[in-house]
Amino acid sequence: MTTFLQQIVNGLSLGSIYALIALGYTMVYGVLRLINFAHGDVYMVGAYVGYYLSRRMQGREASFVSALLVMLGSMAACAILGLVIERLAYRPVRRASRLTLLITAIGVSLFIENGGQLVFGPDPKFFPSLAPHYDFLVAGVHLTSEQLTVIGVSFLLMILLRLFIMRTRTGKAMRAVSFNLDTARLMGISTDWIIAVTFALGSALAAAGGVLIGMQIPKIDPLMGIIYGLKAFVAAVLGGIGNVPGAVIGGLLIGTSEVMVVGYLSSTYRDAIAFGILILVLLLRPQGILGRVQKEKV
Amino acid sequence: MRFRPLIWAAAAATILSAWGCGKGRTTDEIRVGEYSSLTGTTATFGHSTHNAVLMAYDEVNAAGGVLGRKIKVFVEDDQSKPEEAATAATKLINQNHVAALIGEVASSRSLAAAPICQANAIPMVSPSSTNPRVTQTGDYIFRVCFIDPFQGGVMAKFAADTLKVKKVAILVDVRNDYSIGLQTFFRENFKRLGGTIVSEQSYSEGDSDFHAQLTQIKSANPEAIYVPGYYTEVGTIARQARELGIPSTVPLMGGDGWDSPRLWEIGGEALNGCYFSNHYSTDNPSPVVQKFVKDYKDRYKQVPDALAALGYDAAKILADAMQRAGSTDGPKVRDALAATKDFQGVTGKITINSDRNAVKPAVVLKIENGKFVYSQTINPEDVKM
Repeated sequence: MTTFLQQIVNGLSLGSIYALIALGYTMVYGVLRLINFAHGDVYMVGAYVGYYLSRRMQGREASFVSALLVMLGSMAACAILGLVIERLAYRPVRRASRLTLLITAIGVSLFIENGGQLVFGPDPKFFPSLAPHYDFLVAGVHLTSEQLTVIGVSFLLMILLRLFIMRTRTGKAMRAVSFNLDTARLMGISTDWIIAVTFALGSALAAAGGVLIGMQIPKIDPLMGIIYGLKAFVAAVLGGIGNVPGAVIGGLLIGTSEVMVVGYLSSTYRDAIAFGILILVLLLRPQGILGRVQKEKV
Repeated sequence: MRFRPLIWAAAAATILSAWGCGKGRTTDEIRVGEYSSLTGTTATFGHSTHNAVLMAYDEVNAAGGVLGRKIKVFVEDDQSKPEEAATAATKLINQNHVAALIGEVASSRSLAAAPICQANAIPMVSPSSTNPRVTQTGDYIFRVCFIDPFQGGVMAKFAADTLKVKKVAILVDVRNDYSIGLQTFFRENFKRLGGTIVSEQSYSEGDSDFHAQLTQIKSANPEAIYVPGYYTEVGTIARQARELGIPSTVPLMGGDGWDSPRLWEIGGEALNGCYFSNHYSTDNPSPVVQKFVKDYKDRYKQVPDALAALGYDAAKILADAMQRAGSTDGPKVRDALAATKDFQGVTGKITINSDRNAVKPAVVLKIENGKFVYSQTINPEDVKM
């Protein structure tokens, strides 16, 4: 039983990372109806920015303050990266067909992956210890401060995002744009600005995920964004793409089922489970857990 | 503008004809190819081997070369991927026209390239691929290291007789021929010596999250964990194991895939008190070893790991075989390689047996604060294969 509970904790901490990345997919899809395939790679860049920042911090005592600084720095850098990607790659083709946008997204993704191998080097890098390490034993379950940080920080960010979307004027405008972009523009909302904010927010969340994974795993490499990005995408689809709470639920479900499969079946099914779930969702409930069926307008 | 295609055609013709000339000309140097993992998850393996091969042939060339000719090394990076290893071997044979090949460290990559060497009748000497199947590919494939049945048996014997543990868990890389080989022979030998395997978990090379597997292992309460993988994953596994509360009194054990200066960088203190089997120890007082360690340190500012030592031995044995064959023809070099007997290498006296494998003892090293400290030597006759 303790082993099972321990696996649940492992699953939740992996799942919160997927959830953080899935939020970016779902938000961008919400406003632009675009699957931003470069999103997983923004997460990778976030991890690397975090790595270089924490190398700078080395020599200082490992503390939660320096961990927080690293995370904020990486989030800021990736927010800017998200803005640049949107401005240079997506905005020029926004009026073109959806397929053009999708292919552009794949192009951006390949560019960042291969650029990353050039800039960061193809060999994996390893995060230094950022925050002090504590262990807690609760009912036989071993909780590490890393896992608690990952779960805690992810949930805090998700709650902040929820408040932002529901309680602020910009959040309201985001919801309006997601409802109907052209009508929102007619109502006087600066849609360009809202789309930019969406990209910045999504990318910052992905960067936070990158730093958190670095603290926990601690291996990072320039191609890490591919598989994490794909699984987070599955999580977003599972929860209902375009739906923010859905992305969180999807991420946690994917993370937990992955850990259970590795723990109780075989590690070779690690990636199969996520895509198996994707196939089932598409067959049985294409709108996802929380998504609403959308009628195609003719 | 209209001249453009003409210019391109002319340029292409020039390049092609130059290449044609190069192909037909008999070179006065002896070309030796090396395919190696210079980048990727096992990059230090490739660099150590390559550095040592260059050093070995510089020494050979300084002493007058082989058959009065200098040896030139052509190296191709296989990015730590088996499919790239096959491409690299093909390129070295067909474009660079090498007389023999050195490579690889990883068995899965040697296995990918070996059939190509065999089909082209080009002798291949693997410095450190320990999976038995590598040399079974054909009579042109040799190695200068011991094989997995022996290495797995060494660690089983060490665990049962020296560490005196009874319950061991195994965490194996299921996508790696080397890792599976060690696992199989460790399990067999350890059970025969009276131990039990309490949990067997797996991962795939490139994975980075091992919490799920380690949680299962922890619940089985092993006294030691056998992790026959490569350093990138092993370092990460060690850190996550200690974080999950597997105490440092439960040592991790492994094979020569651990031997990298980066292992300590990745795993750090989580690795203290862990053991792995290896081909040689830098602590060995023999003058051959000490001279090699000194020369290598002077040249590369690094302590040579076992992969460097084996790369050096592979290069030297190949040169020696060419000298004895009196030719660089594939079949003649092959026969000379097969006849190698009591060659004094850095990793011990090397004799090639009828299976084209080297027979020699293994050492067990203990990790103490980033140093690999000599612990025990285990001879081939001590291990039942």
